Amino acid sequence: MTKAFSGKAWKYGDHIDTDVIIPARYLVSSDETVLGKYCMEDIDKDFVRNMSKGDMIVAGDNFGCGSSREHAPLAIKGAGCSCVIAASFARIFYRNSINVGLPIFECPEAAASIETGDEVAVDPIAGTIENRTKGMTFRVAPFAPFLQELISAGGLIPYARRRLEERRKGA
Amino acid sequence: MGRTLVSAIIAAHSSQKAMEGEICQVKVDFAFANDITGAPAAESFREMGADRVFDRERCALLPDHFTPNKDIASAEQTKKGKEFAREQGMLYWEVGRVGIEHAFLPEKGYILPGDIVLGADSHTCTGGALGALSTGVGSTDLAAVWALGETWLKVPPTVRVDFRGKRPGWVTGKDMILSLIGRISVQGARYMALEFGGEGIENLPMDDRFTIANMAVEAGAKTGVFVPDEKTLEYARSRAAREFTPRYPDSDAPYARREIFDLDGMGPVAAMPHSPDNVKPVRECGSPEIDQVFIGACTNGRFRDIETAAKLMEGKKVAPNVRCIVIPASYEVYNAAMDKGYLRIFTEAGAAVCTPTCGPCLGGHMGILAAGERCVSTSNRNFVGRMGSPKSELILASPLTAAASAVTGRLTDPRDVMPEEFFRNLEGN
Ligand code: SF4
Repeated sequence: MTKAFSGKAWKYGDHIDTDVIIPARYLVSSDETVLGKYCMEDIDKDFVRNMSKGDMIVAGDNFGCGSSREHAPLAIKGAGCSCVIAASFARIFYRNSINVGLPIFECPEAAASIETGDEVAVDPIAGTIENRTKGMTFRVAPFAPFLQELISAGGLIPYARRRLEERRKGA
Repeated sequence: MGRTLVSAIIAAHSSQKAMEGEICQVKVDFAFANDITGAPAAESFREMGADRVFDRERCALLPDHFTPNKDIASAEQTKKGKEFAREQGMLYWEVGRVGIEHAFLPEKGYILPGDIVLGADSHTCTGGALGALSTGVGSTDLAAVWALGETWLKVPPTVRVDFRGKRPGWVTGKDMILSLIGRISVQGARYMALEFGGEGIENLPMDDRFTIANMAVEAGAKTGVFVPDEKTLEYARSRAAREFTPRYPDSDAPYARREIFDLDGMGPVAAMPHSPDNVKPVRECGSPEIDQVFIGACTNGRFRDIETAAKLMEGKKVAPNVRCIVIPASYEVYNAAMDKGYLRIFTEAGAAVCTPTCGPCLGGHMGILAAGERCVSTSNRNFVGRMGSPKSELILASPLTAAASAVTGRLTDPRDVMPEEFFRNLEGN
């Protein structure tokens, strides 16, 4: 996984759904830079204008609930966010984020402590999230071994490519 | 220790033990995408270096969301998906011969009891009505399934939901699933499976079971499965496009939790803005005025939905200030409703009847809401902006409640416009 990084937090509540992350009216493109322009528009229309590259979204429970649109993690990446930290994620969003290489961290304690404007540093290898503004550090539970393998392969596309090559060699 | 239905299905598709919590590599029986998720899936497929889908008869692409194409951008997107499907020789149906994926695929016998089905659409869980582990994924996940014929699934814990007692005619599958979501919340089954059973569903028509399974994802669930019974097998046998092996849970299956509902006392319910778990009895919602009614979507665009709504509307008129939009979910439904004279009932009542599509359900086209407008919809999500303006409001309800509301112009309990014997005489009750 990526090395340590830091940025400013933008905090949202529970059940942030994929329709507000990227409204369906924009689903006529799957280009992340196009989608990124509309990220979070229906819940915070100034989000993209106010944020800076490397900032992070922090939210409560069930982030990314709703549709299976991969456009949601793509829009967040496209907007320039470094990661999403939430108390919990909806299942499909969780899978999609790993597949497309958007770093996500499930940590209820960090999510509860962080507020909009806080400086947050994340060290994925050490498994820590530090709220620098409040001077607090939290531990993140590691991913299951199979998911670590997927993440270190660089996401699902390189992983599947490798599997296909193995099969071709085996055949 | 016994297995839940979902763990039995995973075990039958994997060489692993498939114990709860284990991530298993599983063979996939059927995998599909739509006009929105298909094009990015095709791109990922190519990036994976894949050249052939694993099985042309088990991979499908269905144009149903923004179709018939609503604008140039959607037309280009649909075209990309179609070209990929043609090139691969995989299953593809053109507008006029297709329907909303989650209605059409079971009808055509592509989703069958005991299957593992992956779809690049969150409501793929609808297939659970047939006793299949059918679940939604994103486009890249789907592309990998097309390429490899397999995927990874974590064996989820299961919440067992039992319905008891006798269902009154005004209680539909929609009221049952909304009641469940209202009780356990939109994350009540997150990372889990729902398994439905109990004597209260023995007589429940398949169409109502599809509605229930459809909204499992609104409780956060991976899938919502029904234990196959005679009704399931009869439906599947008469339509199956290939062989299938139904699976069953063991009697000592370990459930994470049980939820029990008594149907006898239940009434129609609605999910008020802006969350599917904001559920209340329709009579306690204060009869808000409405601007639009939408009867359709993969939740409630099936034959029994159209039929019950038509029967309620027969001889009545849509309230003068209300738009009522009816969209059968597939041509099988459309034609059957036409043969029975139901489409005529709607148009004579002053409703618009449209060609099968997702349409307004996701704010696509054919019924988008303006700021300040309120709609009673039979779809499955009432998130902010889902059907149009972020300042519009959506109320989710059954086709009976939607039809009653269309007639009065306010959110209305169907019992307030129809006598008790009407509900007794509805087929399936
Ligand atoms: S009808 Fe609505 S919920 Fe169903 S597949 Fe279409 S957009 Fe999704």
